Amino acid sequence: MSANQVAREAVGDYKAGWHDPENSTVRFDFGLSEQVVRDISAIKGEPQWMTDIRVNAFHHFIERPMPTWGSTELLNSIEFDEICYFLRSGEGTEDDWDDVPADIRNTFDKLGIPEAEQKWLSGVTAQYESEAVYHSIREDLEKQGVIFLDMDSGLREHEDIVKKYFCSIIPYQDNKFSALNTAVWSGGSFIYVPKGVHVEMPVQAYFRINAKNMGQFERTLIIADEGSSIHYVEGCTAPTYSTDSLHSAVVELVALPGSYIRYTTIQNWSNNVYNLVTKRGIAHENSTIEWVDGNIGSKLTMKYPAVILKGEGSHAEVISVAYAGEGMHQDAGAKVHHLASNTTSKILSKSITKNGGRGSYRGMVSVSKKAENCKVNVVCDALILDEQSQSDTYPTMEIKNPSCRCEHEASVSKVSDDQLFYLMSRGHSEDKALALIVNGFFEPFVRELPMEYAVELNQLMALEMEGSIG
Amino acid sequence: MGRNGSGKTTAANIIMGHPDFEVEQGDVLLSGEDLLELETWERARAGVFLSFQYPQAVPGLQVGNFLRKSVASIRGEEAAKGAEFGSSLKGAMETLDIPRSFLSRYVNDGFSGGEKKRFEILQLLLLQPKFAILDETDSGLDIDGIKTVAAGVNSAVRGTDSGALIITHYSRILEYVQPDKVHVLMDGRIVATGGPELATQLEERGYEWLDSKAEAEGLA
Repeated sequence: MSANQVAREAVGDYKAGWHDPENSTVRFDFGLSEQVVRDISAIKGEPQWMTDIRVNAFHHFIERPMPTWGSTELLNSIEFDEICYFLRSGEGTEDDWDDVPADIRNTFDKLGIPEAEQKWLSGVTAQYESEAVYHSIREDLEKQGVIFLDMDSGLREHEDIVKKYFCSIIPYQDNKFSALNTAVWSGGSFIYVPKGVHVEMPVQAYFRINAKNMGQFERTLIIADEGSSIHYVEGCTAPTYSTDSLHSAVVELVALPGSYIRYTTIQNWSNNVYNLVTKRGIAHENSTIEWVDGNIGSKLTMKYPAVILKGEGSHAEVISVAYAGEGMHQDAGAKVHHLASNTTSKILSKSITKNGGRGSYRGMVSVSKKAENCKVNVVCDALILDEQSQSDTYPTMEIKNPSCRCEHEASVSKVSDDQLFYLMSRGHSEDKALALIVNGFFEPFVRELPMEYAVELNQLMALEMEGSIG
Repeated sequence: MGRNGSGKTTAANIIMGHPDFEVEQGDVLLSGEDLLELETWERARAGVFLSFQYPQAVPGLQVGNFLRKSVASIRGEEAAKGAEFGSSLKGAMETLDIPRSFLSRYVNDGFSGGEKKRFEILQLLLLQPKFAILDETDSGLDIDGIKTVAAGVNSAVRGTDSGALIITHYSRILEYVQPDKVHVLMDGRIVATGGPELATQLEERGYEWLDSKAEAEGLA
């Protein structure tokens, strides 16, 4: 706009891009084979049935072609042979931060995890590379029978529950990356909330990749028993490297009758991380599943949190934001399947693109023939900050029952000079004015976050907006 | 005052530093300070305020939050803190008859015409500029709205060191805000200057009266 506004590189402002010296106790060679899959299972001392699922999933992964939609160019450039599929740091999972190796502890300190744990969380799992290095849960919850473990411990200690639900919501055949995750999964969270127990404060998992060319494949399973409730929050970051890493998670949620699960993600991977994640929950009678999904980082994200509304009166909500800056493609959205009557869903998707970034909304809502009186509400808003950036939407609706009330709204907007001028006339510099507009755009999402996350996200976006207008 | 297209809003925008305009000659001074050297936000911090004819909506930005941030950037962090800010906000909202619930709405988002104007004046009262420009803030208001806006202007300007430039098509607001001077703009130039009586004359006789006057003086 005016001469003295110098465009700075926002990318250099990624605050979580440092890395620790690698201090692995176990590191597999680069590349993937059936042997690697078997070795992962063996090192964890898993039961045979899990080894078998892994091996089957591996073969499916090899045979399954790469998706032909989304960003095919980026997908096809993933070098699967140059990725490390298992890396263990430290000696195991500690329940005292003092026992976590100093470098790693220091990293989580910088990320503010121990501090958040003390202030407002019911429990924390901190995963570093392939496995959890720290884990704890408040004693009172444990006494009420709440199980919150890393997934490896979950399988060891509660094999029966894991066996019952593992791959039951997302079979490994679902897609190429759910097959990959099932083959090489490591870490993630296992949660069971007993009947009628309400976990008031959120539990949090934090996923940190540290090594170069790392593959992180956490696997999460959350079961909320009848009439219970839980809010799970996850965050993730990685160092900035010139070579790529791969994060491919699978998350399965089971909301039994009358229960409530909220799953909040703030994904802030560095922009050399492929983030290819499958998330799906099944909602039984009168239960609610909410995905609150923030995608701020990564090179390519393909993620469409899904809810299957299986029980009558169940409710799904997917609220997501995506930010795509230079060299980033956020292909995100939501899927909801109404299989039962009187089910309701609400999808709100907001994306901001800048500096040549690309944001895509991809959504799917279906209402089956037998599902009477369903309500569907979909809103997609895109904000494009410059001429180089791109936004597109791919909404699909399959409504097979005529009693459904379905609403769909979509908007694409740009920041206008007049809007900026108005805010600048109130004493706000150009960067600040833009940050006010952008934070306002994300506000419907941000207000869903725990306060601490909301503040952090607003600051993060303000940082991203610095020097945006050249 | 002046006809549509005579350059009133352009003048206001130029003083505030709208990026669409480049000033080739002339000065804009505030207490001797050259405003043309400053960015828009620096002019705001120097004490210029523009009440917009068409205020922009910023969905998601809450009025209360926006006011606090704007006061902080213009009057300093201290003025935007706790009790002091709270009481000045409360007082200003009472003057303008704005309900408390207004604070949690989004800036100009879904506001009625009258609400937008009142919100501009609310900002005027809180930002306490040295010089305020009100671009047709009285347009589209009923008589009660005009009185409220006038009360806001009077409380911001009268009895202070501040000044105001009111851009209007109607002399009605001037019944409630006594102007020191009235200028009439035509084709980007001031063609007449006088006291409050000029506004009354203009309303009675129309702009044609000035057309002929301007022609006679070789201005048009």
